Amino acid sequence: MKTVHVRYYAVLREQRGASEEVVVTRAETPDALYRELKQSHGFTLPQNRVRAALNGEFAPQGAVLKEGDQVAFLPPVAGG
Amino acid sequence: MSFRILSDPIDPATLRAALVRTHAGACVVFEGWVRDLNEGRPVVSLEYEAFTPLAEREGDRVIAEARGKFSILDAACVHRTGILSLGDLAVWVGVTAAHRGDAFEACRYIIDQAKKRIPVWKRERYADGSSAWIEQKQVGFPGGPS
Repeated sequence: MKTVHVRYYAVLREQRGASEEVVVTRAETPDALYRELKQSHGFTLPQNRVRAALNGEFAPQGAVLKEGDQVAFLPPVAGG
Repeated sequence: MSFRILSDPIDPATLRAALVRTHAGACVVFEGWVRDLNEGRPVVSLEYEAFTPLAEREGDRVIAEARGKFSILDAACVHRTGILSLGDLAVWVGVTAAHRGDAFEACRYIIDQAKKRIPVWKRERYADGSSAWIEQKQVGFPGGPS
């Protein structure tokens, strides 16, 4: 088990009812963590529509979660 | 210059002044405004939310790419967060170059890439009191293809 800090933006923040939380998880990757949180929080966005950021940068393919990581889940963007 | 997220109103005159160069023969500016209609629905206001540090880093990468692709002297882009009313300035892009061609193309590149890649989200509020987070039509992800 590891403890990670999770931030949510936009529709995910609203569906969670919070912008951040501390999560204890067995998930090995940001994608696996999202699938876990999607189940528990009832997020409507499928995992393939959500991009993860890890410690302030877009999570590279194959990124692995470590104790104390800062994870952010980003819905499809819509600037401009 | 660089990409910045701003929670206060954008001041185009100040941004433009910072781009002035004696070598510049062209300055192309794009302003994105809050519009009263989206896909047939009357919009009364917009709310923008950003992952600010990552948005600014990714925005700076977009501007660096524009500098590599086009012969420009300088470029800047500012995107608002918070609640905006109809007609408000939501995004500002300015590019200076010796000649207009590169300035136009770089400006277009910066706004197009910014819309696709910068972690900024928009919620529209409608005349009937409802609201919705907007998703781009094309399959796109923050950070672009990777």
